[in-house]
Amino acid sequence: MASMRDIKRRKNSVTSTQQITKAMKLVSTVKLQKARTRAEKTNPYTEQMYKTVSSMMRKSGNIIHPYLTAGESERKAVIVITSNRGLAGGYNSNVVKLITNGEFKKEDLDIYALGSKGHDMLARRGYHIAENRSDIMDDPTYTDASNLCRRVLDSFAKGEVGEIYLAYTHFKNTVTHIPTLVKLLPVDTTGMEEVEEDNVMMNFEPTTEEALDMIIPKYVTSLFYGALVEAVASENGARMQAMDSATSNADEIISDLTLKFNRARQGAITQELTEIIAGANAIN
Amino acid sequence: MADIFRVEIITPDRIFYEGEARFIEFTTAAGEIGVYANHIPMTTVLAPGIVTIHHGEEETVAAVHAGFAEILGDKVTLLAEVAEWPDEIDVNRAEAAKDRAEERIANKTTDIDVARAEFALRKALIRIDLAGYR
Repeated sequence: MASMRDIKRRKNSVTSTQQITKAMKLVSTVKLQKARTRAEKTNPYTEQMYKTVSSMMRKSGNIIHPYLTAGESERKAVIVITSNRGLAGGYNSNVVKLITNGEFKKEDLDIYALGSKGHDMLARRGYHIAENRSDIMDDPTYTDASNLCRRVLDSFAKGEVGEIYLAYTHFKNTVTHIPTLVKLLPVDTTGMEEVEEDNVMMNFEPTTEEALDMIIPKYVTSLFYGALVEAVASENGARMQAMDSATSNADEIISDLTLKFNRARQGAITQELTEIIAGANAIN
Repeated sequence: MADIFRVEIITPDRIFYEGEARFIEFTTAAGEIGVYANHIPMTTVLAPGIVTIHHGEEETVAAVHAGFAEILGDKVTLLAEVAEWPDEIDVNRAEAAKDRAEERIANKTTDIDVARAEFALRKALIRIDLAGYR
C-alpha cells in the first residue's frame, strides 16, 4: 500500500488540477454566452441571405453562371475552422476527421486553415496548406471573413480549384455541436426549390448575371462568417463540457484518494499499537 | 394604410433597423433610387451611400457600404455588410482615411491598389457627409 505521504501528495496535485479545470470551465462558460449572443445576432442576416439567394435561384431558372457549375479543375479548396487552443475534448479532431475520413483525395486539396490545431494536424498528415490564417480565430470579424473569402473565390474564378468546401462545427445548442462539411461553390441548389411561397416576378438590376456576380460572393461570405461565429460558440461549448467532466472526474479521484488515505492512516495507527503492545509484552 | 411599407436593414452583426416608412432613398450600383410602397419586386446591388428613410415629417439617415437590397411591394430589405448611424461615425478617422486614400490615388502603383483606394475614398466621403446630419 502506498504510504500516507504519497497519497497526500497525489491528492494535493489532483486538487490543484481541479481548481484549474474549474476556472477554465467558468471562463469558457462566460465566453460561450458571448459567442452565442453573437451567433444569434448573425442569424437573421444569414437567413435572409439564404432566402434571397434561393428565391433568385428559383426565379432565374436555368441560368448558366460560373458560380453555379463546378470548375474543371480536380483540385478542391477546403476552409477548415478549428480552434487555436486545445483542451476542448474532441472538438478539433472531429473537424479534421471530416477531411481525413471523407471522400477527398489528399493530393487534390488546398487547405485554408483557420485555427492552429487543425492546421497542425493536417500539416502533419501531409496535406497542402494554401493559407494559414489562425490569427482570425482570436476575434473573427466580417472584414476578415470577406478578405479570406475573396482570395478563395479568386482561385475559383481563375480555375485553380473546381469546388470550395467549408468544414466547421455547427452550434445546435449548448451541449450539441455537429461537425459539418458544406459545399460553398458551386452553389448547392438542392433543397432550395422546396420553399415555394411567393410567386412574384423578381427583377434584377443591373442584369441577372451581374446581380449574381455580386450577390453570390456575398452569399458565400455570409455562410462563411456565420460558420465562423458558430464555430467559436461551439469551441467554447466543447471546452466547457470537457472541463466540466474533468472537474467531476477530479472529484471522483479525490474521494477515492481520501478513502485510501484514511485507510492508510488507520493501518499506520493499528501497526503502531501492535508494536507498542508487543514491546510491552516482551518487557513483562 | 397602403402607402406605408416595412423597412429592414440587416448587417452581419445586428439587425440595424426595423420599422415602417413612407419613402426610402438609397444608392445602387446603377445610381440613386427612391422607393414608395407597391414598388415592383426588384433585387439590386447597393453602392456605398446614404440611406434616407422618410416617415412623413421626420426622416432617418444612415450610411451603408456594400450589400444588396430586396424590394417587394410591402417590404424593403437591405442586406448591408456595414451600416452606421451618424453618431457612430468618428469624423477624425474618416478624414484621416480620406487623406490616406487621396494620397494613394495620387501616387498610384498598381491598378488593384487604385480601385481599392477609390472605394476607401468613397466610404470616407460618405462618412464625413453623414456626420453632417448629426
